[in-house]
Amino acid sequence: MNTQSDIIAPAVEVTHLRKVYGSGHTEVVAIRDASLQVARGEIVGMLGPSGSGKSTLLTAMALINPPTSGKISIGGTPVLDGPHALVDLRSFRRKHLGFVFQKANLIPFLTALENVRIAMEINDVPPRQATARAQELLDQLGVGPRANNLPSALSGGEQQRVAVARALANDPSLILADEPTAALDKERGRQVMELFARIAHEHHAGVIVVTHDHRTLDVFDRTLDVEDGVIQSHDHS
Amino acid sequence: MNLAVRDIRHNAGRFVFTTVGIGLLLMIVMGMGGIYRGLIHEATMLVDRVGADLWVVQGGTRGPFAEISRIPATLEDRVRSVPGVSQVRRFVSHTIQREFDGKPLRMAVQGLSWPDDPGDWLPLVAGRSLRHAHFEMIADESLKLPLGSRIRLGKDFYQVCGLTRGMVGSGGDGLVFFSVSDAMAIQFDQPGEAIRLERAARRARLYAVDMGRLQPLLLDRAEGLTKGIPSLGPSQVSSILVSLKPGTDAAAVRRLLGTWPDITVYSTQEQKDLLLSGMVDKARRQLGLFRALLIIISTIIIALIIYTLTLDKIRDIALLKLIGARNGVIGGLILQQSLLMGAFGYALAWWIGRYAFPYFPRLVLIEKSDLVSLAVIVLVISSLASLLGIWKALRVEPNTVLAA
Repeated sequence: MNTQSDIIAPAVEVTHLRKVYGSGHTEVVAIRDASLQVARGEIVGMLGPSGSGKSTLLTAMALINPPTSGKISIGGTPVLDGPHALVDLRSFRRKHLGFVFQKANLIPFLTALENVRIAMEINDVPPRQATARAQELLDQLGVGPRANNLPSALSGGEQQRVAVARALANDPSLILADEPTAALDKERGRQVMELFARIAHEHHAGVIVVTHDHRTLDVFDRTLDVEDGVIQSHDHS
Repeated sequence: MNLAVRDIRHNAGRFVFTTVGIGLLLMIVMGMGGIYRGLIHEATMLVDRVGADLWVVQGGTRGPFAEISRIPATLEDRVRSVPGVSQVRRFVSHTIQREFDGKPLRMAVQGLSWPDDPGDWLPLVAGRSLRHAHFEMIADESLKLPLGSRIRLGKDFYQVCGLTRGMVGSGGDGLVFFSVSDAMAIQFDQPGEAIRLERAARRARLYAVDMGRLQPLLLDRAEGLTKGIPSLGPSQVSSILVSLKPGTDAAAVRRLLGTWPDITVYSTQEQKDLLLSGMVDKARRQLGLFRALLIIISTIIIALIIYTLTLDKIRDIALLKLIGARNGVIGGLILQQSLLMGAFGYALAWWIGRYAFPYFPRLVLIEKSDLVSLAVIVLVISSLASLLGIWKALRVEPNTVLAA
């Protein structure tokens, strides 16, 4: 559960981030000097051509791809100083981050409800409470009636909504989405993007969405253009 | 939420087939242990059932089961005169192979000291013990000789008057009990021609010396019955079974008998030890090696299956790591699957064994202690087998899920 100070602090703050792959002749600079801040309740789109560094930036903020230098704070807590972890990253991800991917990436042997429950149970939420919360989230996202279906029995849009429910399960301060509408048709894609906007505003979570879909830019409060590892911000308000 | 059970439910077919395979392997492991126990049981059963305190055998031998032992039947009277001895019985044991209903029939012939011992101590399931000195036999039902059936052994026919169950020798052959004299007649039976040739040879040997030529009556004797020739030895038995009076110091009786240079005396326990250390020991080691190999093979198979199941779940494991699952959750998933596979395999092995082992040609004796020790072994090998999968799972990077 987030405290008042957590809510006041930015969902994520990235300062002078630099990520270099390889060394010497094979050195590739994926992110040059990226700084950004996303407030809680804000939804930000991250745009840019393939290889521009947006996924690298996203995975760095997801705490699974540490930067070469720079700092990352999430919900006001410094978590990375260059490649050095300042907290237990896995535990931090469990409590403060939510993820949505291009594919729903649901666990195939768990039902929709269980896919949401698992995120809470590994965060030590009692099973009964986790079940109630999971059902509530699925109902909110319109897939409540499919709660006991395996992912293989759900449509792509339904799977993606279950994935969103899972991302929201632990009331994260930051939700990171990597091209979440790429596998969906235009209508479903828009629904999901609007869903993210609603989540950001209603759940007070910072939401960063990597996307190539320019038809849904209007749902973002702000967009970030990433090109050659450099960020440019555009305010939509 | 138990991830292991849910994954198994999702991949039920593969899990069931693998478990059946593991179960059959474990059944063989269990069966091998049972065969070993059966060997011991069969080897020592007769020694236990006979109920003798001391076994008197040929001097310097370890007979009658470990090797050939021949002692004169008259030794019975000498032993009976020893203070503290209450009962003395002659004992004959040898194996023969004949045909019955066109099939080979191997049987371990045992001689009972009629009339002192008509076989009342035998576990009869049909018929009765011996009531006549000759031409009756008590057979084990494993020989499939019907009650009342007659079988020719040597020159005589013997009728099955009683049936026992589970009375087999250390070689797995069914035991057949005759009176000692019948058992010896079967053992030393010779064709008429062989007897005639032997008599002619005796006459020729005697005629070659002065004594034979000077005393023609001796030549007549030499051509007569063997038992009528004093110079030839009396009939021989395998051993003499000694029962002591209550309160008798067995060690004192042994010490006294030990002064007789023509015999060796063993206690029942020593006789059993001789059997086990000699005849059964190699079989035990052979079976032990097979068991060890099968356990190693089972471990490898479980490990490979668990590893394969883990590889199939790599993306899910990466996702679990990404959303923050602890290593314990992931390791537990794999360990529990391995343990469940082992547990179900073990249960299946036990269940199939219950119905299959009674049809094995030799006794398969499953004891509770063996079941417990095998359960512990299965627990250990299942845990070991999961290590490879756990090692692989713990090396998975959470960003693998993004690459997928």
